[in-house]
Amino acid sequence: MEKKWEEMSAEEKQEAQFQKLLAPKDPEGNDLKFQSREAEAAYKARINRLKDAIQLKRPPDRVPVALFPSMFPYMYAGMTVQEAMYDYEKCVAGYKKFVLDFEPDFPMGAAGPGPGRFYEILDYKLYSWPGHGVAPEHSYQCNEGEYMKAEEYDLLLSDPSFYFRNFYLPRVFGKLAPWNMLPPLTGILEMYGVAFNFIPFGLPPVQDAYKALFEAGAEALKWAMAVGGVDVELATLGFPNIFGGFSKAPFDVLGDTLRGTRGIMIDMYRQPDKLLKALEALTPIMIGLGLGAAQQTGKPFIFMPLHKGADGFLSDAQYKEFYWPTFKQVMLGLIEGGCIPLPAAEGGYNTRLKYLNELPKGKTLWMFDQTDMAAAKETVGDTICLLGNVPSSLLKLGTPDDIRDCVKKLIDTAGKGGGYVMGNGAFFDEAKPENVKAMVAFTREYGVYK
Amino acid sequence: MSEELARLLADLKEAEALAFVEKALEQGSDPLDLLASAKEGMAIVGERFADSDYFIPDLVFSGEILRRIVALLEPHLKKQGESNRLGKVIMGTVKGDIHDIGKDLVVFMLDVSGFEVTDLGIDVPVQRFVEAVRETGSKVVGLSGFLTLAFDSMKQTVDAIQEAGLRDDVKIMIGGGQIDERVRRFTGADAYGKDAIEAVALAQRWIGG
Ligand code: B12
Repeated sequence: MEKKWEEMSAEEKQEAQFQKLLAPKDPEGNDLKFQSREAEAAYKARINRLKDAIQLKRPPDRVPVALFPSMFPYMYAGMTVQEAMYDYEKCVAGYKKFVLDFEPDFPMGAAGPGPGRFYEILDYKLYSWPGHGVAPEHSYQCNEGEYMKAEEYDLLLSDPSFYFRNFYLPRVFGKLAPWNMLPPLTGILEMYGVAFNFIPFGLPPVQDAYKALFEAGAEALKWAMAVGGVDVELATLGFPNIFGGFSKAPFDVLGDTLRGTRGIMIDMYRQPDKLLKALEALTPIMIGLGLGAAQQTGKPFIFMPLHKGADGFLSDAQYKEFYWPTFKQVMLGLIEGGCIPLPAAEGGYNTRLKYLNELPKGKTLWMFDQTDMAAAKETVGDTICLLGNVPSSLLKLGTPDDIRDCVKKLIDTAGKGGGYVMGNGAFFDEAKPENVKAMVAFTREYGVYK
Repeated sequence: MSEELARLLADLKEAEALAFVEKALEQGSDPLDLLASAKEGMAIVGERFADSDYFIPDLVFSGEILRRIVALLEPHLKKQGESNRLGKVIMGTVKGDIHDIGKDLVVFMLDVSGFEVTDLGIDVPVQRFVEAVRETGSKVVGLSGFLTLAFDSMKQTVDAIQEAGLRDDVKIMIGGGQIDERVRRFTGADAYGKDAIEAVALAQRWIGG
């Protein structure tokens, strides 16, 4: 008899997740119909290749190759970022062209540009995007700020959801500003007085906020249908999108978009205890975020872009005190739930490698940007699977020969004995197409394990 | 000069440093002297950052303490021109890019190292750099950028300075997230620096200090 999910070990859960990936379903829940036998074989070979690379039990048939770009697919297909953000069909068509032309083993999906109109409807203030503070041909960019104030830790700690709804979201979405009038749901207790809680929902500004929200929801759904549709279509052609969801290291949750870089760094000195408490409070929330997404999408890979723990951002002592403990707990929680954390170590991670040996073997996939891959292989190659490292500057400014040299070096060092996925280091916008092609083609040729 | 204040600031003792300044002002110390001590403290912070004893949080926090010390001193300082600056540097984040954390750190380190910095801000049009070179007569221009699009903007900025006939008058350094030596060659800049310390070293090499 099959074991119940709750009774399985992390090992068994991971295996079950791979089996699920190997038997994909269509949106109606039936077995996915591949467009050809070759497509089906290619799809399965890709999943097995990745599985072998990650589990570190034996080398895969060859080094898998991933392309995780930022806006490159859309620029390559000849549209502006603005067009990709506003015309969902065009966006998806461009993405499909990118996958079919470059044939990465693991494309990342077409969700990158996001739904431009959705941001407009809600008056999103956290980012500037094409037509809203950025030129049509450029990528959206974050507006750094203290969207959570220094004195608001107690509010966040006592009820994170209330804090997000009544303080954080009204600041980052102009249209949701009236949400700061909403009552705490936990005050709705008994008949006497119950109606008082609902008065804010009768106020015109709050009602306007909800109208905008319904419209935004409809727009998000329209976009998600387009983006999800192309994933299914590409799967039938043999290209699995493995991304199941997203989570973050608690330090980055606070340091990126709540307190901001400056804010969190000052808190490390002025209110370290509150900061540490908040990081702990965010830990189960970040585990839940990843597990919930994986359940919804049926895919175990949880992408975790890493920011403020990179080389140079924190001292070793600061990393050890503020960054690593809760980040590690989030990864362990995800692994316990059968997920495969896919942290992207943006920038350099050379000084942090030693910590990664505290993770269980064969359970994580790490994308590295500017980390020394030979050193990474040496230090943590027996614990984690490495991915990436082809530099953005090389992709944009180098020649196919430069790329082949780089790919060869990576396969010879990081790829030795398995446990490596070829890939770009940073999420690139611009690159010479012939360079991207050379990266995939040469990996296929040179990366075969004998 | 007070070594005590310089030490408190360098060790990032916020409360003690501020209390020291308040008490010193009460006792009639010369605010200019206190300011000089604070700058001395910042110079030590810079050295520790260069030695990898301090990291970005320590820089950011020292800047915050300095800001508060200056706020205490300001009412007591008679307006007077900045004395003996080492030389002028223009800094900005190039066209299309709105990132400022890295650029601000470079501006901050140049400033505490004694340079007079003209900060043009973010998303700076190519021509604005050219005008700034003309207006200020700066000998060093620093371009910051984070995204791959910045490679092109940097090249355009260097080209524009060239076309304006000013290329021989200035040294141009570039830096930021994805910038490396290959990008430097592409843009035609004179040097690439991997962090704020290298930015200071380059400026010192080019205009002394
Ligand atoms: C933090 C971060 C974010 C945050 C920013 C907001 C916040 N509150 O922090 C968030 C999470 C919002 C974010 C979002 C995105 N990001 Co981001 N992000 C980063 C990250 C991790 C660090 C950037 C940073 O804060 N640096 C801090 C400062 C201090 O560093 P710095 O600017 O490099 O400056 C230092 C040196 O370079 C030097 N220097 C700087 N200027 C100069 C100038 C001169 C003259 C000299 C000599 C030296 C010098 O001195 C400084 C101090 O020592 C980088 C990766 C990395 N580690 O670099 C990615 C990175 C910049 N992001 C990237 C991307 C793709 C994105 C997104 C597009 C992702 C997405 N699809 O949503 C978005 C939107 C773009 C944006 N950045 O706004 C890519 C950009 C790649 C590219 N296309 O070129 C990067 C490189 C990550 C990667 N490896 O792929 N990001």
